[in-house]
Amino acid sequence: MIDPVLASRFQFALTTIVHIIFPVMSMGLAPFLIYFTWKDIRGGDPVYEQLRRFWTKIFAVSFVVGTVTGIVLEFEFGTNFAAFSTTAGELFGGPLAIEGMMAFMLEATFLGIFVFGRERVSDRLYMISSLAVGIGTWLSAVWILIANSWMQMPRGYELVTEDGQQVVHLVDPVAAYLNPRFGYMYVHMQNAAVESVALFMAGVAAYYIYRHHVWGNKTKNIVFWHKTLKIALVALLITAPLQVLQGDLYARHIYETQPQKFAAMEAVWNTESYVPEYIFAIPTDLSQLTDPRAKELFGIGIPGGASWLASGGDATAEIRGLNTFDTEAPPVAIVFWSFRAMVGMGFWFILLAFWGGYRWYTGELFEDGLLHKALMASSLLGFVAVELGWVVTEVGRQPWVIQDILKTSEGVSPGLTGSEALITLVGFVGVYTAILSLYSYVVMRIIRGGPPDMSALESAGDRDAPSAGVPGDD
Amino acid sequence: MTSPSVEALASGPLFDLPLPELWFVLVFGLLGTFLFLDGFDFGAGAIFATLTDDDAREAVLSAIGPFWDGNEVWLVVFGGALFAAFPSVYAGLFSRHYLLMFGILGALILRGLAPEMYEQRHDERWQRWWGRSFVAGSILAPFLLGAFAGNWLVGTSRSFTVIGIVVGITVTALTVVSGAAFLRLKTRNALPKTVTRIGLGAVVAYLLAVVITLGVLTVRLPAGVDAVLSAPVLVLVAASVALGVGYGVALRRGWNMVALVAAAGLTYGLIAVVALLMYPSIDPAAGLTIREAIVSTLPLNLMSIGAALLLPLIVTYFAVLYSAFSGPITPDEAY
Repeated sequence: MIDPVLASRFQFALTTIVHIIFPVMSMGLAPFLIYFTWKDIRGGDPVYEQLRRFWTKIFAVSFVVGTVTGIVLEFEFGTNFAAFSTTAGELFGGPLAIEGMMAFMLEATFLGIFVFGRERVSDRLYMISSLAVGIGTWLSAVWILIANSWMQMPRGYELVTEDGQQVVHLVDPVAAYLNPRFGYMYVHMQNAAVESVALFMAGVAAYYIYRHHVWGNKTKNIVFWHKTLKIALVALLITAPLQVLQGDLYARHIYETQPQKFAAMEAVWNTESYVPEYIFAIPTDLSQLTDPRAKELFGIGIPGGASWLASGGDATAEIRGLNTFDTEAPPVAIVFWSFRAMVGMGFWFILLAFWGGYRWYTGELFEDGLLHKALMASSLLGFVAVELGWVVTEVGRQPWVIQDILKTSEGVSPGLTGSEALITLVGFVGVYTAILSLYSYVVMRIIRGGPPDMSALESAGDRDAPSAGVPGDD
Repeated sequence: MTSPSVEALASGPLFDLPLPELWFVLVFGLLGTFLFLDGFDFGAGAIFATLTDDDAREAVLSAIGPFWDGNEVWLVVFGGALFAAFPSVYAGLFSRHYLLMFGILGALILRGLAPEMYEQRHDERWQRWWGRSFVAGSILAPFLLGAFAGNWLVGTSRSFTVIGIVVGITVTALTVVSGAAFLRLKTRNALPKTVTRIGLGAVVAYLLAVVITLGVLTVRLPAGVDAVLSAPVLVLVAASVALGVGYGVALRRGWNMVALVAAAGLTYGLIAVVALLMYPSIDPAAGLTIREAIVSTLPLNLMSIGAALLLPLIVTYFAVLYSAFSGPITPDEAY
């Protein structure tokens, strides 16, 4: 039978990897929706009402799926990681409870008004609702990342043994919760969410624009897609460079505060100075796949690059090697390659942003078919980069679940059996595959349906025309 | 290292309040609020099964549309509060009833996704299956939550027990009681008269199920008959019977708001019985009392300040939401 520790790790990985897609979509859409609502309420160009209505549909379905998959994560701390919850509950439970009360309640209640209540409430209350939903989604991330950053960089606590178990006691809430790591994580995450959604919007818009202008397959609502692409490009021009610049500071912070993770990101086994920044490295044989740099067959590196980046300008800086730590190393290959792929995409997004910005400047934004294709191909890459970033963050701190305090393997529920864990793991593989498929299906339908036709909206209700009049009786 | 204000917060409970007991009440209050608010969504889902007419089904989905997501967050807050105030209870309880918890999650996923999917396409097969999923999730979620509460109370480490099934049926019946009143309130003439009859049947079934539950508890609780026949429990049972009668009268006469308030009273009454029978323990299976399981003073004080500031705000949010959608909701209202 499968090891309950292994099954719990896989299950938590699966459920977080799927869940994060939906909050990224809702957090990233939030600033756009607030802007659209503002412009719509102020009157003027009806395209803003179309923008608000169209992207609210995608927001709403993302929010619903995010709710049901998010509750799973909260429960899993108790079901699968009971030892972790007992050890860390004093510091970890609080932020989770406050997240529910301060953020989730705000977004979930005002979402009802924002999605269903345009005709029922005043412009002012409607605007407030869009702000409340947006602020709620961003506040949610504050508390979740406060909890997570404490696990990366625990401070403000003392360890006490209670009933034979090590328990963390809160000593200094300011140190624990206003963790320096939090700021780095929050800016990186929120900017990534907006960047991912901007890429997604640009990709969808590019598809319609390409069909319309390059193929000549005319779309009725082309103005809507022009506007979408331009707004997405503005967001991308701001977020893409910021993400890479801030990411550099974040990586330097990890070098200083979480050396084991940094060594895994750069695959440094022995403490060295003048470490090259490897862009590519292949091990000599398959048995060394877990270590991309061990006796590399082929490696392309910038001499002194990793040292230079880590220290912020000193190519001779020393990087502590994985061999010098008491615990086993994290799965180096996963961390090393995820980091490279994420950073590579970060630079690609900057290129896309400048390419689009340049075409806009030259007045050829809607004619450059190659740009459209590049945008279409990149429409989901922001989400991929977010996933890879979280893989670096979470796999990179293994074997610890709380850095230097509790190992992940020691955090699993003591009474959990292999068969129980296997049943739910298999169940989640099935259920989450179905959820992802259904979510993609619904989002694709919304995109294919295009923006609501404003002239038709004036007369009748605004739902999709109920085509088949067959009563669903069973 | 620590500031004087932190030291003051760590030295003793805020204003010398009995914070552990208050958090015990709060945790059960949050569970009760979830069971009432999302309960009427669950009940609406169960009643959905009895409706064959397309317009009637649409009317049910429109009635719960703006509310259910906010209502479900009370479960998240219940979990968070239990985690923050009684971390070892949260860990012990959730890992002990491992499969049951995931059953609840599965049912909630089904209930949340199904209406969203149902509205996507209008062909008959699609709607029949998503309609069934919606019904299944809406009935299974309260049943399994009830089973969880029953197992929690008697302190068993098994997930599928007689008391679990009995409490599960009790809670499910209760959600139908709430659901019937809610639907009557929110869907003017779109639903047939049968909804009233279902509500009346459910309240009779609920009161019977409460009696059976108490009967099983006399056997399963250590204090047995004495605990069940104690004065506070008997008062709550008598109040429930009175509320049940009041509910029936109100629903027949179309005083739907009164009926819904009576259903709320029934829900909090049931939760109060469970809390009373458990007190002063909070995790009977692990033999933990409230005072043993409570988190240490500093985080407890911080959480108490947080809850005291935020809970009134949350009540305001719900007041804004429910007043924005006061009165019947028509299926035309959507994004």
